[in-house]
Amino acid sequence: MKAGQQETRAMNGDEAVAYAVKQSDVDVVAAYPITPQTIIVERFSEYVADGKVKTEFVCTESEHSALSACVAASATGARTFTASASAGLALMHEILYVTSGCRAPVVMAIANRALSAPINIHCDHSDSMAERDSSWVQIYVENSQEAYDSIIQAFRIAEHPDLLLPVMVCLDAFFLSHTLENVKVLPDEAVREFVGNRQLPLITNHNGEKVPFKLDPDNPITMGPLDLFDYYFEHKRQQEEAMQKAAQIITETHNAYSQLTGRRYGNGLVDSYRLEDAEIATVCVGSTAGTTKTVVDQLRAKGVKAGLLRLRNFRPLPVRDIKEALENISAIAVMDRSNSFGGYGGPIFHELRHVLYDTSSHPYVVDYIYGLGGRDMPQNIIKGIYKDLMEIVETKSVKEYVQFAGVR
Amino acid sequence: MRDEQKGWKDIPIAGVCWKPATEYHTGDWRTFKPVRDQAKCTKCLLCPMICPDTAIKWNKATEDIEFDYNFCKGCGICAHECPVDAIKMVREGA
Amino acid sequence: MVATISWKFTAREIAEKPELFTSGHRACAGCGPAIALRQIMKATRGPTIVTNATGCMEVVSTIYPYTAWKVPWIHTAFENAAANASGIEAALKAMKRKRRLKQEKVDVIAFAGDGGTFDIGIQALSGAAERGHDFLYVLYDNEAYMNTGIQRSGGTPHGASTTTSPGGTDIPGKTQMKKPIADIMVAHEIPYVATASIAYWQDLLIKARKGLEAEGPAFLHVFAPCPRGWRYDTSKTIELARLAVETCIFPLWEAIDSEYSLSPQSKIMTLKPERRKDVREYLKMQRRFGHLFKPKFEHVLTDIQKIIDKRWNKLLKKCSMT
Ligand SMILES: Cc1ncc(C[n+]2csc(CCOP(=O)(O)OP(=O)(O)O)c2C)c(N)n1
Ligand code: SF4
Ligand code: SF4
Ligand code: SF4
Ligand SMILES: [Mg+2]
Repeated sequence: MKAGQQETRAMNGDEAVAYAVKQSDVDVVAAYPITPQTIIVERFSEYVADGKVKTEFVCTESEHSALSACVAASATGARTFTASASAGLALMHEILYVTSGCRAPVVMAIANRALSAPINIHCDHSDSMAERDSSWVQIYVENSQEAYDSIIQAFRIAEHPDLLLPVMVCLDAFFLSHTLENVKVLPDEAVREFVGNRQLPLITNHNGEKVPFKLDPDNPITMGPLDLFDYYFEHKRQQEEAMQKAAQIITETHNAYSQLTGRRYGNGLVDSYRLEDAEIATVCVGSTAGTTKTVVDQLRAKGVKAGLLRLRNFRPLPVRDIKEALENISAIAVMDRSNSFGGYGGPIFHELRHVLYDTSSHPYVVDYIYGLGGRDMPQNIIKGIYKDLMEIVETKSVKEYVQFAGVR
Repeated sequence: MRDEQKGWKDIPIAGVCWKPATEYHTGDWRTFKPVRDQAKCTKCLLCPMICPDTAIKWNKATEDIEFDYNFCKGCGICAHECPVDAIKMVREGA
Repeated sequence: MVATISWKFTAREIAEKPELFTSGHRACAGCGPAIALRQIMKATRGPTIVTNATGCMEVVSTIYPYTAWKVPWIHTAFENAAANASGIEAALKAMKRKRRLKQEKVDVIAFAGDGGTFDIGIQALSGAAERGHDFLYVLYDNEAYMNTGIQRSGGTPHGASTTTSPGGTDIPGKTQMKKPIADIMVAHEIPYVATASIAYWQDLLIKARKGLEAEGPAFLHVFAPCPRGWRYDTSKTIELARLAVETCIFPLWEAIDSEYSLSPQSKIMTLKPERRKDVREYLKMQRRFGHLFKPKFEHVLTDIQKIIDKRWNKLLKKCSMT
């Protein structure tokens, strides 16, 4: 399969996601509409209506039920997908933990949107960042092409017998979900082959038999029991172990996919831009990386040694890659599109500083909360951030560790 | 009844159960024990149907019912419902 | 459509059927819901997957690492049994379409308590019913949140004392009425809805089987007394389940394609009204109603009788019995 065999289609991010799902031989899609994810559900409904997929589509009465249906379908052995955003994801909160606890490899697209109140339908990352501890793999994409590519990879990652954890693919509301872009798509068969059939590891059941890990009347298993203080902790330890293996599974899947398409997103975990000899750098997730790259180029043209690190994965946190990429940078600005109220900065800031604490170079790390509720992040603000970083390097001091960028 | 405590590497993932409940005996919860008068019993099979703990079983070979005291919790439903009063509840150890 | 055959489960046949819900579960002695589950699992017709809402039955049957289930079983949360069942059914459908299902047909049963059904789970249930998934939903009704310590639910009857509707000096227990949940399900126009009682095992098994055979959603409301929560002697579980029918506080009926009909155990109460028992006899046996027998609250007993009569007459009309 050559990259040349790919077809270019004009699609927005939501459509790209729906198209990837259509190609991935998904058994059950259970979902509930919410702006800006709606297009995913609508497009997929059309595929169902037109007989283009053999998927069972369950249009539930709530997101809570959508994810509940996905967990149970996944436990029954089906490949499952759902999509949500904002209030919908928040309503799923309880079941997010159940999904990972049941080791159900559900794949979900999130069109990142602000949380109420006041109600706002535009982009920020408050919704998915609030779920960072739910034991889901989180991939944040930069553009619609990556949304398409990541959904296909997500099925293979989630269902890997050593992982068996659900995966969220997060794309920025409107900036990606609704913006038309040229997306290269693979032929159906190539995707089918790449995702393969769902693998079911063997597991010991209550009869002492090794049976496939699914609800099968021929080989019964009991899932989701009452787990007291004597074993609950062990089950959570197993989940952490799976997360530890995730990084390798993600990079392997990303490599295999690049061979097929010729497209790469860094090493699959982090995507560095002009960082090699950089002195100052910003760190972000999602579509802001696009604008930031333009700014980096402009600064570079003026001789400023600026760079960017885009985290593609926030869960698992690519600790080693972050250290390697940033340890020689003098000053780093994290750009957080969500806030941890009263928490001294946003979630990415917290984790990044915590990772870099161990480096001997001890770079300066500051945070900029930006873009809440879809507020624009224009080039001049990003330039301002790099300017602040230059000042920090010059003065060897930080005036303010946490700031708000673009608020009046 | 305590189990040996296994580590996280040695148990199935996802909290899948690995022991049948029939290995957990509930008979020691009992203070009164159902005792049947075989002569009175008509083998109507009502009591095996309504025992919450499946502690009364139909034995096909002997064509008779049997109490499984490993599980009987001594609720007394069988004795209360038996249409011919064939079951008496007797204090354990009495 | 529900086939019109009625199954005759003989005691012998049922006694010889393997136990799919086994001994070794940790329900209290004399637990009514445990009887309901046992009996219903005896009505299964082949490969079956069970999902269970959080509540007593989930907890007592699967205390890790033990399980009392011989069928594939999953619990995920309190309010979503019907959504889980939807997902299982959808998965089975898709896998069948893709020729990845070994079995010709797999039945799906969802068990949930009154809390998981009348209250927190009603949205998921209503949604699943409207979507028409093929599954049997069994509500085992012990009339309160037992697992968390006997709190009131929408299924708790008028006057009952629970830990969140205590019979106090001023307020005589729960002041609201029991939600007519089975009627609400009939209003969904699903193929099969029935009420049943663990006191009449054959009727219960037949109804469970009808529910499984119905193509589409079926709803079975099973009356299942709880000695701990209702505070009566453990040996009286079946007697109370019978008295509830004999006093018409919990009549037995079914609605096939929304056509109501009284089941024989309740029909007899219209044919031979002298068989109908005074509700006081039923209430007096349970300490959750004990406060109603104090002079101050005696009027509540009259109210309860009025509620029963009103609902009974309504039911008779629906069953074209008047
Ligand atoms: C979302 C949520 N809220 C509350 C609870 C706590 N809870 C667990 S079981 C239960 C009551 C169950 O009552 P019911 O459905 O009647 O079943 P029963 O225990 O009586 O068998 C409650 C309130 C929970 N597990 N999940
Ligand atoms: S109910 Fe009584 S008569 Fe019937 S089988 Fe049991 S003991 Fe015998
Ligand atoms: S006393 Fe209760 S548990 Fe024991 S056999 Fe009789 S009905 Fe079953
Ligand atoms: S509290 Fe009631 S319903 Fe729960 S196990 Fe005990 S008897 Fe059964
Ligand atoms: Mg209850």
